[in-house]
Amino acid sequence: MKFKTFPGGVHPPDYKYYTSSVPIEEFPIPKKVIIPMSQHVGAPSLPLVKVGEEVKTGQKIAEANAYVSIPQHSSISGKVTKIDTFLNPIGAMSLAIEITADGSDSWIDLEDEPDFLSLPIEEMKNRIQEAGICGMGGAGFPTIVKLSPPEDKPIDTVILNGVECEPYLTADHRLMLEQAEGIINGLKIIMKILKAQYGMIGIESNKPDVIALMNKLLAPEDNLKVVPLKLKYPQGAEKQLIYAATNRKVPTGGLPMDIGVVVQNVGTSFAIYEALRYKKPLVERIITVTGTAVNNPKNLKARIGTPFSDLVNYCGGTKCEIGKVISGGPMMGNALPSLEAPMAKGTSGLVLFNEKEAKTIEERNCIHCARCVDVCPMNLVPSLIAQGVKGGDLKLAVKAGLEDCIKCGSCAYVCPAHIRIVQWVDTGKLRVAAEQQSK
Amino acid sequence: MKDKLIVSPAPHIHDFSSIPKAMWNVVIALLPALAFAIYYWGWRTLFLTVLGVLSAVLTEALIQKFRKVPITVYDGSAVVTGMLLTYNISAGSPWWLPVIGSIFAIAIGKQVFGGLGNNAVNPALLGRAFLLASWPSLMTGNCWKSTVAHKLSASSINGIGNLSAISDSLATISPKAYNLVTGATPLKVMQTLRDSTFINTLTSDPATNIELGNKIFNGLIDVGTLKSMFWGNIGGCIGEVSVFALLIGAIYLLWKNIIEWRIPFFYLLTVAVLTFLLGGIPGLPETKYSLSLPIFHLFAGGLILGAFFMATDYTTSPLTKNGRIFYAIGCGALTVIIRLIGGYPEGVSYSILFMNVMTPLIDKLTMPKAFGKVKK
Repeated sequence: MKFKTFPGGVHPPDYKYYTSSVPIEEFPIPKKVIIPMSQHVGAPSLPLVKVGEEVKTGQKIAEANAYVSIPQHSSISGKVTKIDTFLNPIGAMSLAIEITADGSDSWIDLEDEPDFLSLPIEEMKNRIQEAGICGMGGAGFPTIVKLSPPEDKPIDTVILNGVECEPYLTADHRLMLEQAEGIINGLKIIMKILKAQYGMIGIESNKPDVIALMNKLLAPEDNLKVVPLKLKYPQGAEKQLIYAATNRKVPTGGLPMDIGVVVQNVGTSFAIYEALRYKKPLVERIITVTGTAVNNPKNLKARIGTPFSDLVNYCGGTKCEIGKVISGGPMMGNALPSLEAPMAKGTSGLVLFNEKEAKTIEERNCIHCARCVDVCPMNLVPSLIAQGVKGGDLKLAVKAGLEDCIKCGSCAYVCPAHIRIVQWVDTGKLRVAAEQQSK
Repeated sequence: MKDKLIVSPAPHIHDFSSIPKAMWNVVIALLPALAFAIYYWGWRTLFLTVLGVLSAVLTEALIQKFRKVPITVYDGSAVVTGMLLTYNISAGSPWWLPVIGSIFAIAIGKQVFGGLGNNAVNPALLGRAFLLASWPSLMTGNCWKSTVAHKLSASSINGIGNLSAISDSLATISPKAYNLVTGATPLKVMQTLRDSTFINTLTSDPATNIELGNKIFNGLIDVGTLKSMFWGNIGGCIGEVSVFALLIGAIYLLWKNIIEWRIPFFYLLTVAVLTFLLGGIPGLPETKYSLSLPIFHLFAGGLILGAFFMATDYTTSPLTKNGRIFYAIGCGALTVIIRLIGGYPEGVSYSILFMNVMTPLIDKLTMPKAFGKVKK
């Protein structure tokens, strides 16, 4: 088998063995959920309910507040007990709706439309938006926007992202094994909406079981195929995945649709399938709860808004002091100040480090070793970006590629001086934005 | 649960590389060359190396203490500088030479700029340049012969493996030629051959002069000579003579991902190509050579040490990938220019020092185009 890839990148140990062969387990209905109004890129959703109101599972409790926005749904049945700012899974405080369970988990009415592929395209898009679907790989871009390219940008290829290049995480891996048909149906729906001829599923070489299964299922389809990919981080980054699969480069500052491609995460594809077939809103997802501090690492199918502490308790609690809580993967995930944050639509993993792993090492002087340059998948000069931002020379940082950085963290991963390059990039991007605003 | 969780920016994992690890790996990679030096020239080479290293480390510690900054000598970078400095002097040097060289290298070459990461040029090379300017006779003389009990066979001190190939009685035919081929490094012999007045005065007979010149040249690029140069059975500085030992270290550094291939590869390639094209001796038009001449130039002098261990110095070589190629080609071209038309037989250290200074400019001019950047 020929594995494709992109230039640059790193090879962190993947630590997926904790959970890669653990089947998905259904997490019981939590006592309460906290549904953040910003689980996505774009305008926060607007609450539709009031404190004290009874809601059903799947009931819309907040609506999209702009074109780039999504509605939110209650993931359990119960009573709205608070509308306030809560810690969100990115580690910041934001508006959310707290719902306390009534224990019955009574759902809104779902339907079953076996002929979902014959629905009119407008109805398809409507169901996707009404289900509150955003990208489930982490970035959380409202899916409907990606599925509505302007007419002068025809799409010929849809790529499903089943790479899951973050170490530790196996949520997509298990979903692809256990719900392969639903994912493929989702792909067909996306292709139909975009009138794309070709569909691909990009999968990294460390998931041979998925590659074999998908190859078998896609064998009778002429225009669908598996793209086996080399095990390398960040293989799942959108631009790097597109390049590996199609040999096309997304222009800097542009979008995949500029080159006729749309990428969706496999979890998103499955959610799209469920939304079309059952009119089921996005109220649950697969999350990998793992790390050295967790007693029994698991892949859980859990309701959106479930507090992380509940998930950890369900996995047998911790076997040592927790040093660090990461929502998402260890390369791009966010460290949280507490386990009280809830999981959101884009939370694919919860990784708990022990104290030793959590230790941070002090930054030293850059020695210009250029290892960051050698691994940067965007062909930038990360050390000069950091130097520019640190020294107040934003021009230098921009010249070295500040605005094109995808923040994959490969540079900081290999930096022998332990410079927090991604943090300097964040700071730099904020400063550039502030500078542009003041102009 | 603990009340304070660590909240730090992503990524949350690291490849466990560190500055000390990189530097100590360079020290390890330099050890085979030291072993060969001890074998050829005796324990004195170890003594000099230890003196160089201790001086470098102590100087760094004292200055850092004086500057009231954290003392970082454990990171191994001063050890590397001390070793490289000592590798660039000859085995018969007086004990104070590596001491003064190392003190200068660390104090003026590194700490004045603010320490590791801030220096403009390679400290060890700056130290060497300082010694060369201050004590030229000690730095270019042949003092390893008189003061050190060495295992080099008499006929190969000069690098010419088979003296009888030139003439059985060279000493009587031309004492001048005899002194040349038994008294210098191969590079010095090569340089002297380019001096037509020297060739013309070897004997009283012009035809014999040309014949001797040709024979010396052929002796230099003879397989036997190249073998001696490969193993290090020639005259030269402590750490530069054994190509074999240096290559072991170089392969180790490449394997450990401490150095990157571009600089040594393009440096050596440039030297090989240019010496192949231009390396003939103008006064000896009859001389024929093929690949043996570029191989001679690759093995000779400090090129292997320079290309793998000094031109690759992190702080003073370019960041960008294309920049590294320009830098290496520059090092190679300057080395060849100095060797072929300059006043010194060897040009590696000055070439690297010069390109070190060019590094910021090279980086500026070779800033890479981001992945997906469209030409405007």
